[in-house]
Amino acid sequence: MAAYIIRRLISGFIILALVTLFVFFVMRLLPGDPLIIFMGRSVSSGNMSMEQLENMRAEYGLDKPIMVQYLNWIKGIFHGDLGTSIHYHEKVGRLMLERFPITLHLDIFSLFIGTFLGVMLGIAAAIRRGTWVDTLATGFANIGITIPVFWLGVVLMYTLGLKLRLLPIAGYTSPFDDFWMSTRQAIMPVICLSITSMAVIARQMRSSMLEVIKQDYVRTAWSKGLKERVIIFRHVLKNSLIPIVTLLGLAIGIVVGGSVLVETVFAIPGVGRLLVDSIFAQDYVVIQSSILIIATIIIVVNLLVDISYGWLDPRIRYS
Amino acid sequence: MSVLLDVKNLTTQFNTEAGIVKAVNDVSFQLNEQEIIGLVGESGCGKSVSQLSVMQLISAPGKITNGEVNFEGRNLLDYESNSDEMRAIRGGKIAMIFQEPMTSLNPTLTIGRQLTEMLELHLNMTKEAARERAVELLKQVGISGAESRLDDYPHNFSGGMRQRVMIAIGLSCNPRILIADEPTTALDVTTQAQLLELMKDMVSKYNASLVIVTHNLGVVARYAHRIYIMYAGNIVESGTTEEIFANPQHPYTKGLLKCIPRLDEEKGRKLVPIEGLPPNLINMKSSCAFAPRCSERLERCLTEAAPPLRDIGNGHYVGCFEK
Amino acid sequence: MTDTITDTMKKTENKILSGESEAPPVVSEWRRFRRVFFQRKLVMFGLIVFVILIFTAVFAPLLAPHDPYRGDLANSLVPPNSDFLLGTDIQGRDTLSRLIYGTRTALLVGFVTVAIAATIGNVLGLMAGFFGKAVAMIIMRIMDTVMCFPFLIFALVLAAVLGGGIQNVIIALSISLIPGFARVMNGLTLSIKENDYILAERSMGASNFRIMFKHILPNAMPTMIVLITLQLGTLILAEAALSFLGIGIQPPGAAWGSMINDGYRFLLTNPILSFAPGLAIMIVVFAFNMIGDGLRDALDPRLRGLL
Repeated sequence: MAAYIIRRLISGFIILALVTLFVFFVMRLLPGDPLIIFMGRSVSSGNMSMEQLENMRAEYGLDKPIMVQYLNWIKGIFHGDLGTSIHYHEKVGRLMLERFPITLHLDIFSLFIGTFLGVMLGIAAAIRRGTWVDTLATGFANIGITIPVFWLGVVLMYTLGLKLRLLPIAGYTSPFDDFWMSTRQAIMPVICLSITSMAVIARQMRSSMLEVIKQDYVRTAWSKGLKERVIIFRHVLKNSLIPIVTLLGLAIGIVVGGSVLVETVFAIPGVGRLLVDSIFAQDYVVIQSSILIIATIIIVVNLLVDISYGWLDPRIRYS
Repeated sequence: MSVLLDVKNLTTQFNTEAGIVKAVNDVSFQLNEQEIIGLVGESGCGKSVSQLSVMQLISAPGKITNGEVNFEGRNLLDYESNSDEMRAIRGGKIAMIFQEPMTSLNPTLTIGRQLTEMLELHLNMTKEAARERAVELLKQVGISGAESRLDDYPHNFSGGMRQRVMIAIGLSCNPRILIADEPTTALDVTTQAQLLELMKDMVSKYNASLVIVTHNLGVVARYAHRIYIMYAGNIVESGTTEEIFANPQHPYTKGLLKCIPRLDEEKGRKLVPIEGLPPNLINMKSSCAFAPRCSERLERCLTEAAPPLRDIGNGHYVGCFEK
Repeated sequence: MTDTITDTMKKTENKILSGESEAPPVVSEWRRFRRVFFQRKLVMFGLIVFVILIFTAVFAPLLAPHDPYRGDLANSLVPPNSDFLLGTDIQGRDTLSRLIYGTRTALLVGFVTVAIAATIGNVLGLMAGFFGKAVAMIIMRIMDTVMCFPFLIFALVLAAVLGGGIQNVIIALSISLIPGFARVMNGLTLSIKENDYILAERSMGASNFRIMFKHILPNAMPTMIVLITLQLGTLILAEAALSFLGIGIQPPGAAWGSMINDGYRFLLTNPILSFAPGLAIMIVVFAFNMIGDGLRDALDPRLRGLL
């Protein structure tokens, strides 16, 4: 087990190294010079000269050869320094500390709700196969994988926010500042972020359960005289969840990817919004760091997913 | 000997896309107290379905359409499949062992849990008591180190061992009847013999009756008191084991006997397989289902329906025209 | 057991010697396919939408009541009326006409991207699965690296690097989609190449190329067709998302995603500007998903849950 985790960690590091290379060099392909874009705004206010620009270039280390820049970036990461944003003129680490908890708050909620409701919906559809419950749940899941989340955000904002005035239309408040306001503001984003993963999980859960229900050991369970509820929860559920665990990695990708859209729609100052803004500002220091963090999270989650397999399926041997 | 289970005119059919399949067609059989009977036929002849029907474990598109299953003074078919009464019978009074030991146990639950859940359910045992009883049961079916193996998962056991566990589970609540559906088919020959011996011993220890469902007459020869021969959803012959082996009447039974090796016969006898394949059960004709393969076929066999079971003495019944 | 294997091998050999192909009995397969595929109402709905969509894209100039690109500022933000059935946007362009032209963008991006990604992804997956060892290591490691990024974020960054526009959106989405195809194809190849007939073929001295493209690829086809159909929906959604963020199709091009973004600013007064294109996206993606589900159940029900 320990050997397995160590091996996975090593391969995770190799992939992360590839990720840093990829991110760094692809970023350098961005058309345009971030300093000029930055200057473009400053020059118009008339307080920046070409000399200052060159000073800034040196300050950010952008005058050095590209390999040196890469190594400096990597060195910085190991020292907990992600560099300085050109656009925000702030340490990227500090920016992340500000923005990251916001995205984390909404994404973890969404992932949790999406997984839970998805599993429940899938179970309901499977054990009531062919009834109106199944039709409703399957229909809902089919719409869930179809709906553009940003559009759902716009529609919700119009109906619940603008027309019915039930919820604040946008923004974000920390739950530690004003819990009630924070929750009310989070409802619509969380619906948008969770709907796709919920639908994907519900569809998989349904077919996985229908598969397990046909198994011999479930017939054995019936032959023991157990109640349907006990059979579903003790004998069917755990076995049906095994393929769902694989989907969690995918679900994280869906939720994190969705954050970029949802944070834009609802004007939430999280990492997703930061990423989009930085792309427009060509602020590659921020882009490469945000992407690196996202990739790290996904690698770690996938590792956790693989380890939790062993808990669900005792047949798995970590060799 | 008194009758324990009396099945009358049981009919189970499956409504498939291609048509109605009468998997069990007007089948009657009896099981006495502490008796072992064998139900023999080729695969697909409805022998398993008849037993699953007794337990009401038939799921859609299958449906029990007719018959009675009389057990302890009640007709079990009066109860809904999921009713409390029927659940109390399943596992508590009538237990079942299935063909595939590799897939019949839940891979994600420990052996102990799969044993104790039934004890807790039917005998209202506490967790501790159930665990103790489970250890005892595992010992009885010959699993060494029972105490420690309780927390193992099925994949730690071989096929034969798993089937022993299944026997332990089946007999854990002192059922009146144990139905073993091809319990040894998937296992090698030596393991088969050991398991059959074990089942026989265990059943007599618990004063239960045993139904052995098999396609192999040889398997039941040694253990069964009486034998029912099934073909295409019908029982075609029944009688005591001695009668069936010494004096088979139905051409199908004769055919089955010709394809098993015997020690009590002259040397040089050839094993003769039955020609042809079992019929497709979809939308069957009313004439005798075995007629196309029958070596003693008469003209009328192809036009008239097969006659009902006829008593030919010594508790021997046969569903074939008198020659 | 051994007998049956040798038997199968003999039969295969005979077939190969006599020049017979490995094709399964086509007629009954096709009949079963038709029965399962056409029996479901949702699949039929998907097919009808698909046909309408193709028709709309091809005949867009004839169907559109107005010029989708040239607006008339005098007609800015007109609510729906008999002339402008879905109203006009801020530049006075007819929403319906832009929606109709949007089908071209959606279908073009969808089909071209899936064709590129499936071709490259399948070849990579096939090679990794077939040759194994170092080839598999290199290819699959790179695929794993790409898969560390959420699909949308990867496409977003690539599109930003490339600079937007329909061509670059197609390239960005193709690259993001390749690992998905490569992975599935790799798995399929690994399982198909264990079959007896591949062994037989190899023993007859067939070249790697022949085995890969004459035997493995055709056997992976059903799964691939299903995957391609389901990915079409994903792609149309992703293109819309990129355009919504302003990194995809650039103005004045008509793309449903950017139409939602344009209309979003006038949500309170003209909600139809962003509602209509979103609905269009939904119907189209729904149609592709239903066709994909139908194909999956008809071609290979075992894929249920995998795709």
